[in-house]
Amino acid sequence: MAVTGRSAATNGAAARTPQLQFCASDPGALSIVLIGDWRLKRGLPSSDAVARRLDIATKPTTLRFDSRRLGSWDSGLVAFLARVQEIARARQIALDPAGLPDGARRLLRLVSSAPERAGGRHGAMRPGLFTRVGEHSLALWHSAGALLEFIGQALLAFGNLLIRRPHFRRSDLLGIMFECGAAALPIVSLISLLVGLILAFVGAVQLKQFGAQIYVANLVGIATARETGALMTAIIMAGRTGAAFAAQLGTMQVNEEIDALVTFGISPLEFLVLPRMIALVLMMPLLCIYADLMGILGGGVVGFAMLGLSPALYVDQTLHSVTLSDLVLGVAKSAVFGVLVAIAGCLRGMQSGRSASDVGLAATSAVVTSIVFIIVTDGVFAVLTQALGI
Amino acid sequence: MTSSGTQRPPSPSAHVTVRNLDMIYDDFVIQRDLNFEIKRGDIFVIMGASGSGKSTLLKHLVGLKEPARGEVLFGTQSLWAAGPDQQERIMRRFGILYQSGALWSSMTLAENVALPLVEFTDLKPADVRDVVSLKIALVGLAGFEDFYPSEISGGMRKRAALARAMALDPEILFFDEPSAGLDPITSRLLDDLILELRDSLGATVAMVTHELASIFAIADNSIFLDTEAKTIIAQGDPKLLRGECTDPKVRTFLRRGELGASADAARS
Repeated sequence: MAVTGRSAATNGAAARTPQLQFCASDPGALSIVLIGDWRLKRGLPSSDAVARRLDIATKPTTLRFDSRRLGSWDSGLVAFLARVQEIARARQIALDPAGLPDGARRLLRLVSSAPERAGGRHGAMRPGLFTRVGEHSLALWHSAGALLEFIGQALLAFGNLLIRRPHFRRSDLLGIMFECGAAALPIVSLISLLVGLILAFVGAVQLKQFGAQIYVANLVGIATARETGALMTAIIMAGRTGAAFAAQLGTMQVNEEIDALVTFGISPLEFLVLPRMIALVLMMPLLCIYADLMGILGGGVVGFAMLGLSPALYVDQTLHSVTLSDLVLGVAKSAVFGVLVAIAGCLRGMQSGRSASDVGLAATSAVVTSIVFIIVTDGVFAVLTQALGI
Repeated sequence: MTSSGTQRPPSPSAHVTVRNLDMIYDDFVIQRDLNFEIKRGDIFVIMGASGSGKSTLLKHLVGLKEPARGEVLFGTQSLWAAGPDQQERIMRRFGILYQSGALWSSMTLAENVALPLVEFTDLKPADVRDVVSLKIALVGLAGFEDFYPSEISGGMRKRAALARAMALDPEILFFDEPSAGLDPITSRLLDDLILELRDSLGATVAMVTHELASIFAIADNSIFLDTEAKTIIAQGDPKLLRGECTDPKVRTFLRRGELGASADAARS
């Protein structure tokens, strides 16, 4: 009698190691004797043994199974049998499944009755170097095109604001403004204060040699107002808000929320991108002014504590050195950076694929894109202001 | 909080026993006083209108959500009274098919199925490969091993998720709406596959489904959760319930809303 091995039935019994024996009973037939418990969890005999046996001895015409000494089994046995079936087929040996337990025989039939789908298998071909370089270049070219298109559309949507009521909800805009304005104050405070402090330290060491400590105020004031205030705020916002925009829009893409907007005839650009752009354009200059003040405060702390300058003197020196145009330049730049961060974040979010890892890539790419935009634009500003003498 | 230990032990044929289970979200009671048994080797269906807490019940059964009151026993072990290690060991005996597949999107189908095998068995890489291709072939996806979940259709994703749920030959398979979103033929094939798995590997199956055709085709036992009574209002083989249940809600549900259908038609 064959022992039927229900997988749940023999949990308590001591498991016997699965073994494989061959028995050439009838001429032309080879029996595979299955012994012990064939369970996935404790490893299985290799099907290579069967292949070797078939190759060394005289080739049988039929392959049979003897499962009288088989204990419990699970799909590990079926996986083994499926391999044996393949081996037999490759050598044109008939396979007689009569000696197998009922369930195993049925599962084996199920596997072989589900043929491999034609065209299913991914080609194992890996494109050559030139193909890959070419594909990457083309992709770069296309993404540049997509970027320009997106900027164009975003600006058009922005322009439409003047003509008609936009299709987004005011509460969304206010929520985003809070999220990328007030909620960013703590991190902006910390970073700007420390950058002001660091600038002052660097300046103090050099200027002390000439007894010109008082000029630390000029250095910190001008550098913060023109450059670091706007730049640091922009970089913080790229990491904080740009990534959040990309992740939000990417997840909406995954959930088909963006498709739902489109089919209702609501432009996702107007409904999702525009409020984010407006929020950043409005909030970034404010954050920048705040960052300027914190930076100057940081410099003042060093001047007061390390260089022995009185606070009044420091403030006076700062007021004399920093001109209105320095301040306006910094604030104007931060508004531009705001647009860039919003564009990069929203663009990458909208372009995101439809899986979890795609959303991760979108967020990463949003931060990288915004930082590249910010630094390049800042460079352009530096050259322009130099040429214009601002 | 679990109920007192003076209750009689679960019957030996019961694979899963649920006792006095209350499901509560914040202050909102979804279902209370649920008592039922899932017998070894049964295909057990959890029915009920949308919003009656079927999926939530499944979450309680598989250990994702702790019940407000009551206990869930696997054999004689309580899932929620057990320590974290014990609980993990119990949970490893489950295979779960989530509603939308929940395949890991950064892995190919083969990698999805292989992960539990690599983590929890001592199989050699070559054997893992064989077992993976067997499971994928069983669900009819042979040849798609190297595809990512995003590259295949929804129905294929569902079948791939079934292959992953079966990876470790679980004692109990939990399905959350297995045939939702599948065409009738694929859905029928899935039913056959579930039956085959139960018969040949001896697995117990518990599933949430609305698909009447598949309920009548494969279910051995069922419970019906009601939104208003907030508890089980019918229990038993759905084929019998259709004709014999006196509760109008259950009858309407099992006849797709045809209130006036005669009892004769139902028994046919």
